[in-house]
Amino acid sequence: MANADCIVLQGGNMAEAHPVGFQWVSEAKARGARVIHVDPRFTRTGAIADRHIAIRAGSDVVLLGALINHVLSNDLWFKEYVLAYTNAATLVSEDFRDTEELGGLFSGFDPATGQYDLQSWAYAEAGGDGGVGSPSGQAGEHGSSKSDRAAGDEHGSGGPSLEHAEVLRDETLQDPRTVFQVLKRHYARYTPQMVQELCGISEDDFTYLADSITQNSGRDRTTVFGYATGWTQHTLGAQFIRSAAILQLLLGNVGRPGSGIMALRGHASIQGSTDIPTLFNLLPGYLPMPKVGVHDSFEDYLEGIASKRQKGYWTHADAYTISLLKAWWGEHATADNDWCFDYLPRLSGPHGTYQTTVGMLADEVEGYFVLGQNPAVGSANGRQQRLAMSHLKWLVVRDLSLIESATWWKEGPEIDSGELRTEDIDTEVFFMPAATHVEKAGSFTQTQRLLQWRHKALAPPGEAQSELDFFFKLGQRIRAKLADSTDERDRPLLELTWDYPVDGHGDPDPEAVLAEINGRFVSGPDAGKPLSFYGQMATDGSTAGGCWIYTGVYADGVNQAARRVPGGGPSPSQHEWGWAWPADRRILYNRASADPDGKPWSERKKYIWWDEDQGKWVGDDVPDFPEDRAPGARPDPNIGGPEALAGDDPFIMQADGKGWLYAPKGLVDGPLPTHYEPWESPVANSLYPQQQSPTRVVFAREDNLGAPSAGTRGDEVYPYVFTTYRLTEHHTAGGMSRWLPYLSELQPEMFCEISPALAAERGLENNGWATIISPRAAIEAKVLVTDRVKTLTINGRAVHQVGLPYHWGVGTHAVVSGDAANDLVGVALDPNTQIQESKAGSCDIVAGRRPRGQALLDLVADYQRRAGATVDTDNVPRVTDPEAETVTPRPDGEVSGEDGFSRW
Amino acid sequence: MARLSPLEWPVLRQLRSGDSLGRGPAVTSPTTRAVRPRNATADRVVQSICPYCAVGCGQLVYVKDEKVIDIEGDPNSPISRGRLCPKGSASEQLVNAPGRQKQVLYRAPKAKDWQHLDLDTAIDMIADRFIESRRNGWQELDDQGRKLRRTMGIASLGGATLDNEENYLIKKLFTAAGAIQIENQARI
Repeated sequence: MANADCIVLQGGNMAEAHPVGFQWVSEAKARGARVIHVDPRFTRTGAIADRHIAIRAGSDVVLLGALINHVLSNDLWFKEYVLAYTNAATLVSEDFRDTEELGGLFSGFDPATGQYDLQSWAYAEAGGDGGVGSPSGQAGEHGSSKSDRAAGDEHGSGGPSLEHAEVLRDETLQDPRTVFQVLKRHYARYTPQMVQELCGISEDDFTYLADSITQNSGRDRTTVFGYATGWTQHTLGAQFIRSAAILQLLLGNVGRPGSGIMALRGHASIQGSTDIPTLFNLLPGYLPMPKVGVHDSFEDYLEGIASKRQKGYWTHADAYTISLLKAWWGEHATADNDWCFDYLPRLSGPHGTYQTTVGMLADEVEGYFVLGQNPAVGSANGRQQRLAMSHLKWLVVRDLSLIESATWWKEGPEIDSGELRTEDIDTEVFFMPAATHVEKAGSFTQTQRLLQWRHKALAPPGEAQSELDFFFKLGQRIRAKLADSTDERDRPLLELTWDYPVDGHGDPDPEAVLAEINGRFVSGPDAGKPLSFYGQMATDGSTAGGCWIYTGVYADGVNQAARRVPGGGPSPSQHEWGWAWPADRRILYNRASADPDGKPWSERKKYIWWDEDQGKWVGDDVPDFPEDRAPGARPDPNIGGPEALAGDDPFIMQADGKGWLYAPKGLVDGPLPTHYEPWESPVANSLYPQQQSPTRVVFAREDNLGAPSAGTRGDEVYPYVFTTYRLTEHHTAGGMSRWLPYLSELQPEMFCEISPALAAERGLENNGWATIISPRAAIEAKVLVTDRVKTLTINGRAVHQVGLPYHWGVGTHAVVSGDAANDLVGVALDPNTQIQESKAGSCDIVAGRRPRGQALLDLVADYQRRAGATVDTDNVPRVTDPEAETVTPRPDGEVSGEDGFSRW
Repeated sequence: MARLSPLEWPVLRQLRSGDSLGRGPAVTSPTTRAVRPRNATADRVVQSICPYCAVGCGQLVYVKDEKVIDIEGDPNSPISRGRLCPKGSASEQLVNAPGRQKQVLYRAPKAKDWQHLDLDTAIDMIADRFIESRRNGWQELDDQGRKLRRTMGIASLGGATLDNEENYLIKKLFTAAGAIQIENQARI
């Protein structure tokens, strides 16, 4: 970020949520960079920025789409970059129909399932009318199966698979079926006027933003975007980020110094826990968890990840998978048993945390481990979370203190409201004290993929122990109890490699686990030696490695994550501090920092370039490209794999080597970002008849009712938009901050931020109390009347926003407590990521404290009744207005489905 | 108060110490001169990383008599250059928080309060429940006879505050047990 010429911070509050990282924004600004903050609230980020632009929560795709339109219509895109490095020239299948033609839907939507069939979105196929589909003729993975795997999340560093990389291109970009022309048509109506109407942003502010980013992009200059959960926590969160990706690719801002889209993530190792995932849909290194009906055989599984005929490094997924299975089942994993592939359990749909919550309420889940997380406060619809836990047979909470997820049975809000009685709750609760970060050694992966090792400073106190120690011992105990079992299902546990070296207390050595993650040669001349690069992983079982993208972190038997050369050493990439995956590359796709001929785009933005004399890529970083692939190399794309990458294919994990402006696969809710209103919105979608994302994941249940959207009966009952956020002095659900006296003193109380106009409308006084009511709950908060939150004019009428920090919870053990903002949030999810929409919801706000006991439940129910919110209204048809939505006839004249909806 | 030597006259002090603006050693009180940093007596200093957000600031942990006495920013870190935010600066209290729970606690069904269990007993009880719930929730085949080989009886939540090595063991153990409902904050 320090190398950027323009920094756009949108969907986050970096100065307050990432204060120390923000020093690099300040550094860039001191050197002349322009900083713009786009956010519903004016915060310290906005205060430091050259300009703060207030936006209505949830309308970012309109703004970003209008910027894309601005760049395309005014010919401001970076021509050499876009032509060579993106799929702008690639032709899309003739069957594809855009939202412009179908009233806000793409082709392939099935209103019965609420899912898309992705087949018509494919690239055009040479000499045929079909599209470039999935490997092994799976004819375009069906929408339902994609969604069920939460597919978007599976392609961590790379794109989804293509059958092959032989795509059709029109380098003149004139063919109406080129991605470039599709893009132009799709965003034609995303205009500055539309931005004013839907986002509440003036034309002057729009022009300032558009000029800033376009004038600071090109050969000599770069613009960077930074975002946080203000983009991800929406029913179309992945598409918020996709729209920034399109814009950045058009401006040539990917793979270069001071460019890109930075995810400003919020936990010390949230990146690491995605790479080595404690997530349902992934295995380490973004390999998918196998799914029943799709991955029944090992062959199907590998074909599903990548075809051998596509380009790039995913074609070696067989080596990565076999090495993982060898790391887990050692000698038991052989070629004859498909390396124990059948020891892996199978998914059958999304098994995300909210689906699991529903499973608990249905008494299907008996036991639950809660590990350094506080769902009673931090998850959406907190009441549903707490009631779900009361259905468990047993609960294990591992944390530093008695967080609300450990004490709800005794002092949770439902005890107060009378919904639960302690003496009726059958759940057994184990509280296991955890070690802090200084009482154990291990690595965190921070937000830029950098692994940093922490040394152990001292032993944990009392009975506290690390997760490593706890799970190692739990595994030992379970294995011992099953040792004599002859049951087939116990074999994966009994044959698991679980023999880590231990210290005097029996605690496992974390470096030994890191070494297993890194991988080693199992046989051959180097048997026992650590691997140094994922390219060494083999398909014959001669290597083992727990996470292929981390291979190299233990190269030469040295813990590279523990490197601590002051300042990272002399190189601009500061290589000698920690270790970045993959292969210690600090900027991904850095081949794009040079022009198609391999020369730096400019002296100012020089980073990686082709050295003709040495015949290799050189520069300030490890090249993220085959080291000796000349810029002019044009191998036959059909040979597949890394060998098929042309010298101008910088996106080495993509199936065609190009940056995807248009995503023919990989997203389940559309190949191009499209604006839909949030699940709950008091604003009508002016762009399309379709109000909400048609593929949003909803849970129509009594305990998760939704507010009526604009234009439907009862929409006046919850008239305001609420959004949630963090404060500098607290951390997420408070487990690591509300127990600290310093931090609790700095931010003692739950509050809400509202504009003077809303305060006047509702008679709210600064420092007085307010009750905020959503269809899920009512909470109380102190009132902060401030100009920081603007009342925006949307579609000609005032829209008020309520800002809510979400750090407090109800309990007696923390230094400070208060009502939890997440109790208000409903569970409606992005179908790609299964992430809930916390950043925009509907509420009412009234003066005074909330009622207690049964009266609180009555208040919430009264609002629901007045709004007419029921499970039935929640089950509203996914398509807002069928008449307006579906444009028939189909292009080939075939009759559409019986319900009038087109399926193709 | 002791008689001041003429050499201690402010102007002379300034000249003597080269503190020409009178804002440095020339005006330092004896009390200030006697002040020592609280971490100067530490037995050891250990390099660590801040446990809060994902910026990954470097920390120096000062330990004395097997107690953390201070946590400061690591000036060598190219990411943070010695700086810490309010949370990182307060992280000594994370270790020494008065409300930190150091003993295992157990709440029996319908019980109104906690009781203490020793660690080994607790792990043993959890292992028993793990095995039983795994069996109760076991699904061998789906309704079309295809292999599922999984349990829906056990779920887990959390990981983004944990180490890579810990997440690795958690995922490995649960996957081998057939438990698939494993989630963390990255989904929230």
